Amino acid sequence: MTDPLLQIVGLTKSYRTAGEQVAVLRGVNLAVAAGESVALTGESGSGKSTLLHLIAGLDAADGGEIRLAELQVSELGDAGRAELRRDRLGLVFQQFNLIPSLTVEDNLTFQSRIAGRHDAAWHRELVERLGLGTFLKRYPEQLSGGQQQRVAIGRALAVKPLLLLADEPTGNLDEDTADEVLALARDLVTRSGCGFLMVTHSARLAATLDRRVNLHAGVIA
Amino acid sequence: MKRALWTLAVLLSHWRRHPMQLATLLIGLISATALWSGVQALNQQARTSYDRAAATFGGTRTAMLAARNGASFPQRLFVDLRRAGWPVSPVLEGAIQIEGRSFRLLGVEPVTLPAEVGNAPAVGRDDFRAFMTPPGMMLVAPETLADLKFTEGARPQANGGALLPPLRVQPNLVPGVLVVDIGVAQDLLKMPDQVSRLLIGKAAGNRPPLESIAGDQLRLIEPDAETDLERLTDSFHLNLTAFGLLSFFVGLFIVNSAIGLAFEQRLPVLRTLRACGVSARMLNAVLVLELVSLAFFAGLVGLVCGYFIAGALLPDVAASLRGLYGAQIPGQLTLKRQWWFAGIAISIFGALAAAAASLTKALRMPLLATAQPFAWQQAQRRWLAWQSAAALVAFAMAAGLLWFGDSLIAGFAVLAALMLGAALILPMFLELMLSLGQRFAQMPVSTWFWADSRQQLSGLSLALMALLLALAVNVGVSTMVESFNRTFVVWLDGRLAADVYISAANDDQAHEMKAWLRERPEVEAILPGGRADTQLAGAPIEVLGLPDHATYRDNWPLLESVGDAWRKLRPGNAALVSEQLARRLNLSVGDRIEVPAPGGNWPLEVVGIYADYGNPKGQITVNFAALTRRFPEIPLTRMGLRVTPPKIPALISALQEKFALDNRNVADQATMKAESKRIFNRTFSVTAALNAFTLGVAGVALLTSLLTLANSRLPQLAPLWAIGLTRRQLAAIELLKTMSMALITTIFALPLGLLVAWCLLAVVNVKAFGWRLPFHLFPLQLLWLTGVAMAAAVAASALPVIRLARMQPASLIRIFANER
Amino acid sequence: MNGSGSITRRGFVGGALLAGLGGNALAQGFAGLGESADGFAAVEPGRAFAFPADHGPHPNFRIEWWYVTANLIDANGAAYGAQWTLFRQAIAAGGPQEGWANQQIWMGHAAVTRADTHRFTQAFARGGIGQAGVDAKLFRAWIDAWEMRGLAPINDDTVAPCELKASAADFSYTLRLDARRPLVLQGDGGYSRKSLREQASYYYSQPHYTAKGVLAIDDKPVDVTGMAWLDREWSSQPLASDQSGWDWLSLHFNSGDKLMLYRMRQTDGKHYGSGKWIKPDGPAELLGMEDIAMTPLTITEIEGRKIPTAWRIAIAKMALSIECTPLNARSWMGTSFPYWEGPIRFAGSHAGVGYLEMTGY
Repeated sequence: MTDPLLQIVGLTKSYRTAGEQVAVLRGVNLAVAAGESVALTGESGSGKSTLLHLIAGLDAADGGEIRLAELQVSELGDAGRAELRRDRLGLVFQQFNLIPSLTVEDNLTFQSRIAGRHDAAWHRELVERLGLGTFLKRYPEQLSGGQQQRVAIGRALAVKPLLLLADEPTGNLDEDTADEVLALARDLVTRSGCGFLMVTHSARLAATLDRRVNLHAGVIA
Repeated sequence: MKRALWTLAVLLSHWRRHPMQLATLLIGLISATALWSGVQALNQQARTSYDRAAATFGGTRTAMLAARNGASFPQRLFVDLRRAGWPVSPVLEGAIQIEGRSFRLLGVEPVTLPAEVGNAPAVGRDDFRAFMTPPGMMLVAPETLADLKFTEGARPQANGGALLPPLRVQPNLVPGVLVVDIGVAQDLLKMPDQVSRLLIGKAAGNRPPLESIAGDQLRLIEPDAETDLERLTDSFHLNLTAFGLLSFFVGLFIVNSAIGLAFEQRLPVLRTLRACGVSARMLNAVLVLELVSLAFFAGLVGLVCGYFIAGALLPDVAASLRGLYGAQIPGQLTLKRQWWFAGIAISIFGALAAAAASLTKALRMPLLATAQPFAWQQAQRRWLAWQSAAALVAFAMAAGLLWFGDSLIAGFAVLAALMLGAALILPMFLELMLSLGQRFAQMPVSTWFWADSRQQLSGLSLALMALLLALAVNVGVSTMVESFNRTFVVWLDGRLAADVYISAANDDQAHEMKAWLRERPEVEAILPGGRADTQLAGAPIEVLGLPDHATYRDNWPLLESVGDAWRKLRPGNAALVSEQLARRLNLSVGDRIEVPAPGGNWPLEVVGIYADYGNPKGQITVNFAALTRRFPEIPLTRMGLRVTPPKIPALISALQEKFALDNRNVADQATMKAESKRIFNRTFSVTAALNAFTLGVAGVALLTSLLTLANSRLPQLAPLWAIGLTRRQLAAIELLKTMSMALITTIFALPLGLLVAWCLLAVVNVKAFGWRLPFHLFPLQLLWLTGVAMAAAVAASALPVIRLARMQPASLIRIFANER
Repeated sequence: MNGSGSITRRGFVGGALLAGLGGNALAQGFAGLGESADGFAAVEPGRAFAFPADHGPHPNFRIEWWYVTANLIDANGAAYGAQWTLFRQAIAAGGPQEGWANQQIWMGHAAVTRADTHRFTQAFARGGIGQAGVDAKLFRAWIDAWEMRGLAPINDDTVAPCELKASAADFSYTLRLDARRPLVLQGDGGYSRKSLREQASYYYSQPHYTAKGVLAIDDKPVDVTGMAWLDREWSSQPLASDQSGWDWLSLHFNSGDKLMLYRMRQTDGKHYGSGKWIKPDGPAELLGMEDIAMTPLTITEIEGRKIPTAWRIAIAKMALSIECTPLNARSWMGTSFPYWEGPIRFAGSHAGVGYLEMTGY
């Protein structure tokens, strides 16, 4: 068996709140293979988002290791982590996090351009599959929530990341729209062959992915 | 690089979506740069002129020999000194008229002119020959040539009919000065074999003592590193600089609020950029790059505006400097390259300083948005406490400087600390007033009104501070100017008490005139006057001789005196001292001074102190007869006349006809007064103009703050609209809020302004000019300024309020639909 | 400095005067002296000299000088040189005007030389007012505090006795000059040719001065004695356009003989020269260029110029073959118009001391 795309071993993280040390992650082990889609579930405050942030290099772990392909994420500095996010990861958040002053088209291509990985054919395919063709010249505030999230997914996948990380991507959407957006995301993940790790509290949505892992009391059950 | 450009493009796209914010930022930077550079341009222009004047053939930069009595002396002394080894070069100075205008004629001797004197005729060999051999050459500044409307090579005619040498332009010459060979000058001035002074070259050598060659005819005048003009005008330029600086800071207030707001609005974008893989270092570099580019652009525009501001103010500045100090400033602005560089630099530096807080925040920005550590009230409370503490420190500094400081700079520092403290304490003051309002509010809407005003405070406080400063300075300066006007008019009435003033060409003519005047029945009194120049405590002073006459006893404005002061002058052992001199030498009534006079020191008792506004020199007044005894060589050509008023014009015409006098030699009181007032009215005209500019900039600051706040206020206003207030009502409430804040600020500004006025009158003016004006209060003016401030507030809030009143309901709905 | 080649023996003074005033304008040479001397008197052969009148100025001629050089020694035998020069130039032709309208400009150069130092200074003045001038009758030439003054009873044929005075910040001297032998007319009866064309000057000398006095460098006075040489020369157009400079020597032989030599360097390499050998009691002998061989021996570099400060001089006709060496190779006159002038000594077939002047390098 080949090495998994993402390998997490014994990851720990604690926060200091109101003078008290709270251990959020207490030795998380997780592996995601290339082309595999995994749902990360758990109750509120279980540390799902924290785990995702650590994988994305948005925050630093206290112990353990995160390896993405050949890269030891936990050993990277600020510039290295920025490079990781730029070149190898796609991030989608619950808030759509689009840049309000840029058009849809510029938002879509923004990350791929600063990463120097703009691929016109892939861009056209994304626009087509996400159904954004008629909105390219609009600004984010002129789009509906579902449309905005599709732009966010498009932006994340435009760089052809190794791994797509999504934090409650459908949290702000109604059920029908959520299903539709997620279906699109799954479809594109399969098409690009990257790994997909999605944090969600919805068992229904989790069930639509290849595998589901549950974070409870700081460890994956 | 490409990455940086992309990131920059994203940051810049913000401005495209918020053009008003961009305009605000640029306006702030442009006005800050423009006012500052404008003032700098004026200062630079003036300093260049002083340097040119100082370097003009024996200006104060060169050591020289002059006759003890200040008159011309025989050329023979020059030859004798040269032959004794003194490296001297003769200069003859006089005045000639060309087409009715008077010019300073300098005759120089180019062969012996010390090289270090500079300004040697910039002529080649052949020009040298032309300068010295007939018809000679007359060097003029380009400005003078333009004024005369002659071309190079032309030979103007002097008023006496003499044909002058061909004109030749010399760029570094002072305007108003004509330079010719000394031989030519002696002919033109009809002063054969006479020289005015001898410049001393730096060439070392054995020089026998001056007295052994020239006896006591000549005295040595040591060179001055700083020119008299520079020393005299220092205070004036400091004044200008202080106002330039104030305007600059008010401009930076605008920049600061614009940048702060833009940063807050772009915070999510910055986070997104980081999440998309832009490193923190790159993001900061690009933020700085963006700011510097904007500042560079704004700096250029600001410089152009500054150029025009300076150009517009220059005539007034030149007139003030001429009237106050006799300094000649050319009317055409010439700017050095450094000025442009400095302007751009100050714009960039200002922008970076104004953005420092925002940039630091960006640098420390956590990647993940965490819960706000404080609610806004807590944040505001902490901020208010911090600012108030800083304000107290500033006030303490102001008090300390006032107590210990003893210079003009310290005077301005007191003002600066005072205003800084006031600006810092303003939010606390507003907060107190607003919470007081909230406590007494009964209706829910009015409670909300006060509470919401308090919440707006942090956003508006910078603009309100700018308004406060501009208003306070305005109150201060206009109070000072008005005090000056009132005092000056009264003072002038006292000083110019004679009805007609005459200056005869020489003593003989004066004698003739007196004889003639005595025969005229309408002449009630002839009041001879005399003036001598000497030194006291190392500085030049004037000794004024006035007769003991009711005209002076009744009118002369004495600030303090012993009883019967004028009678005490009569024996010639007492003097009145001008206020400037008294302050400089720390003299008070009853003190004794010793004034150098030709026959030895003249001991005098100070029996009074009088105001002598606008005179850069110290002055003492003694009895006229005593003056002529002590200074026997002074010309006795000046006199004042008391004349039956209706006969004044006839007498003047008769005098002019009989003695061939022109308007400069004889003038009536009204003309003299008008002339003096005209000069003095321009003294503060620049200050007043800059003042108006500053108020304008403060208005812009208020406008831009309100505009930028307006957008972020929608979430606060939308619920009220949803509850049932109309947009019109909301707009009215917004207007009322702005007005009440502006009013509170104005109320705070008035006493502050009066304090500023007191500082200007009692500290700054005393240090700058040597005289102190009495403090007057002008309530109507304060009322007027309050009105102006309120008008500024209305004007500033008009745009955002109208926008609110006309806002589409959809925009308000979106607040609920799409809360971000 | 004067690469354009319009300089003849000491004739540079005309340019130097104005150059000194106009800054460094002379860099390109002073064309005025190469021009035709319109309005000025011409130098022609066969002039009758009359003294004391000819000791005074000749304002109808464009340029003129009073030039004294002295070779001195102190009580310990240490050698010194002293130079005192007064130049006159007319900036316009015509009869002399009164007061500042006077057309004469005067320039003084003074220098002292010791083996280890060379000091110099200059002065400028306009004529007509008394700051500088020459009075022939009771001989007196002066500029500022410097003067050459006849002491009573002055002999007009020897221009002696005289007092010579100059002072500057870092040196001064006062010398008494005596002479028992009369003046010598240079060239052909005082008509001295400067080229094969019409360039010429009136030129006479007093080579027989003995000197005695006090010389001070940095306020340290020393008693000195020695020999001095006066040159008087005036002209209106002494320059040929192709002459780039000159080398001039005045030699005091230990035997009492005197020798004046000059060489005008021409751009075509055919230098024009002349000289005069003055026997102590006999007649003076005129030398032509064909008689004189001058060979530079040592080159000294001063202010970027290469200057031949030691020379071999041979005059076969007089059985003379000597080598001249400078007392101070850096006797550079860094005045407005710079040149080299300093005391030398010589040995070989003959021995003695003298002065060397070189311009145009």
